[in-house]
Amino acid sequence: MSFQVSKVNDVTLIEVEGQLIVGNRQELKQGVLDKLEGGDLKFVVDFANTGYIDSSGLGVLVSLSKKIREQGGELRLSSLNEDLRTLFELTKLDTLFRIADDKDQALEGF
Amino acid sequence: MDGDLVLEIPTDVHSIAGAVDYVMSRCMACQVHAKKLNLNFRVGLTEALSNAMMYGNGHDPSKNVVVELAMSEGRLEATVRDQGAGFDPTSIPDPTLPENRSRPCGRGVFLMRELLDEVSYNDQGNEVTLVLRLESGGAFEGGAPA
Repeated sequence: MSFQVSKVNDVTLIEVEGQLIVGNRQELKQGVLDKLEGGDLKFVVDFANTGYIDSSGLGVLVSLSKKIREQGGELRLSSLNEDLRTLFELTKLDTLFRIADDKDQALEGF
Repeated sequence: MDGDLVLEIPTDVHSIAGAVDYVMSRCMACQVHAKKLNLNFRVGLTEALSNAMMYGNGHDPSKNVVVELAMSEGRLEATVRDQGAGFDPTSIPDPTLPENRSRPCGRGVFLMRELLDEVSYNDQGNEVTLVLRLESGGAFEGGAPA
């Protein structure tokens, strides 16, 4: 798994490539926390190039969302493929996140 | 169970993806709907290995996890066994309840139950058996009761 971080206006866009799983979740978590500590508050994590997220990866997103909200910010998700959407719906995490069809939609009006 | 494939994997969460990919490559020969294999079985096996290494073996690299895979007409069965003391799978709270949705953990056992046709544990609670029925069609049709 690798991820690219960019800034679109005042939104931090994180594009994840590969699998977000137990073996690499901490890298993403630390990357987002570093940005949060640096003052960033608006985050979009885009999964257009992500094949799979396991329960540990889901847990990291939940944990990050909570920390960001505590700072007055928001974490949005985008570009979930059909399998990923199934996982979010099964676990009812689709009720916890704002999930956009693609990154442009997620950035819109943020 | 006499498995068609037996793997003994040292406890290292970084090895899970490779181990799952290898097992999946061996499963492609069976007649499971590809999508059901890639979502339901991959998720179930990944979660079983994660639980075995993290909670069962407590991240102890001197302990191993054994995976036994049996493929037959009509079913695909994987047994994952760790060297831990075992746990009570009924003690895991439902992660979909509103009060539990914000918890960072506790979704692995739930996902296994939702995505596999059968999920069972040995009495000690350190061995889980996952069954995917091959005759059923598409991905996520609902698995064993949560």
